[in-house]
Amino acid sequence: MSMTMSQKILAAHANLDEVRPGQLIMADLDLVLGNDITAPVAIREFAKFGMDKVFDKTKVVLVPDHFTPNKDIKAAEQCKCMREFAYDHEIENYFEIGQMGIEHALLPEQGLVGAGDLIIGADSHTCTYGALGAFSTGVGSTDMAAAMATGKAWFKVPSAMRFNLTGKLGRWVSGKDLILHIIGMVGVDGALYKSMEFTGPGVATLTIDDRFTICNMAIEAGAKNGIFPVDAVAKEYLAAHCKRVPVVYAADADAVYEEHFEIDLGSIRPTVSFPHLPDNTRTIDEVGEVKIDQVVIGSCTNGRISDLRVAASILKGRKVARHVRTIILPATQTIYLQAMEEGLLRIFVESGAVVSTPTCGPCLGGHMGILAKDERAVATTNRNFVGRMGHVQSEVYLASPAVAAASALTGYISNPEKLEEK
Amino acid sequence: MNAHGKAYRYGDNVDTDVIIPARYLNTSVASELAAHCMEDIDGDFIKTVKAGDIIVADKNFGCGSSREHAPLAIKTAGISCVIASSYARIFYRNSINIGLAILECPEAVQGIRAGDEVKVDFSTGTITNATTGKSWSAEPFPPFIQEMIAADGLINYLRKGAK
Repeated sequence: MSMTMSQKILAAHANLDEVRPGQLIMADLDLVLGNDITAPVAIREFAKFGMDKVFDKTKVVLVPDHFTPNKDIKAAEQCKCMREFAYDHEIENYFEIGQMGIEHALLPEQGLVGAGDLIIGADSHTCTYGALGAFSTGVGSTDMAAAMATGKAWFKVPSAMRFNLTGKLGRWVSGKDLILHIIGMVGVDGALYKSMEFTGPGVATLTIDDRFTICNMAIEAGAKNGIFPVDAVAKEYLAAHCKRVPVVYAADADAVYEEHFEIDLGSIRPTVSFPHLPDNTRTIDEVGEVKIDQVVIGSCTNGRISDLRVAASILKGRKVARHVRTIILPATQTIYLQAMEEGLLRIFVESGAVVSTPTCGPCLGGHMGILAKDERAVATTNRNFVGRMGHVQSEVYLASPAVAAASALTGYISNPEKLEEK
Repeated sequence: MNAHGKAYRYGDNVDTDVIIPARYLNTSVASELAAHCMEDIDGDFIKTVKAGDIIVADKNFGCGSSREHAPLAIKTAGISCVIASSYARIFYRNSINIGLAILECPEAVQGIRAGDEVKVDFSTGTITNATTGKSWSAEPFPPFIQEMIAADGLINYLRKGAK
């Protein structure tokens, strides 16, 4: 046998000894996820099955995180539809406002993701859970509906790209800079239909939050999933959150990869994606003078506690530029409390930033920080498409929390390394 | 089953945020979504599109979000078929699942301009540019997907299988 880590997880869930790239399989799912935008459509499709119950009320997760707390009447109706479905079907993992967090930070934190799991979610950033050694991928609402009914989904087995990591990231360089660098290198369709598998001695130097960020943005290279080996760092996180015993899959020594990349983490620079595609990257040294109106630190990509700590370390004792609106969104209630207990919220407010309840809000131009015509934002989010955060003539620059925080202080896209020298 | 209509021509990486901007996703009513289809990339699209028209685009069409609202808006706006050089995987999957005809054919894409009259024969995969007279063969769907389309989407396909 010669299978990648992703292929092994798919084979196990399809009850097959072996799978090959391109093979179509029907596989059993460990978890099915939806949110307040995608679940209402799925619920409408699910009704066509005429079934009283979902396949397993412990394995369906519903998170109202996009247009919540309800931004308008239509959004409130969407959330109501999902809430009623959750109660009618006794969905255990429905997270009401108060428990709700941004789904891809919330599910691992709540212990709903285990190593070796096969997970689909009606949200493209479902690929985040590869950080814990799960095969997880985004689907649409109809797939979600079918999965809620049957507990199964069809997959075309992906081929894979291997990213062998060596060395260690620099002081102000993070997983965000690495994944932006990789997307810039391979392009927004460079990994289309494929797995991105991260291996090598450099993996051990990456925090679990870095790995969540990296896998989260695999979709921005077109990938089906991103995945890390289940090492001591992953096991430590799993032991603290997930009650289930990790099921560890490792790629075979002779696994076939379509492409192979060697990356020295020490060579990665703080990286920024310019409008209007995530692969339009420049290192911080090539940015030039870009004046900004808004900074957003948060999202399923970079709203975790380590992201907030980095931002706070830069904002502490300093003031954001007068013309910059700085919006910080802890991704879950637990992270919010942690940030409060560590004094980070005080640092943010004293610097002139606002701190929001968890929501996807501004990332997709929903609410809580929409841009006007000709305005520019530096955001730790994941997409900078035309109109993504508001007006069709506004601009989003994707960056790490360190670059975003440094930029908030100066009002221009800025290098956190230079700030430290002051 | 055939498609026959005027071509709307777009470039690389048409993302789901321009197909249906997130600011309109506070509803899942198909007609309301269709009213804003392609709004941020082509404001004239929804004013001029006629039932049967065809979208032709370069690589990685439908990249970005998993929102099924994107193929749903395109289908409901009256588009009978999308032809692209390549597709983002979730969009491809969603289109099949909701019954939006979708073909991959880089050669045809190169040979079709905005406003050309295009005909598609789904049984053979033949794409014809009636304006220029040229024609191409698209890769046919694998049998598994053909069955799904014949059943009018994933839900009906699974319901038939369950009986």
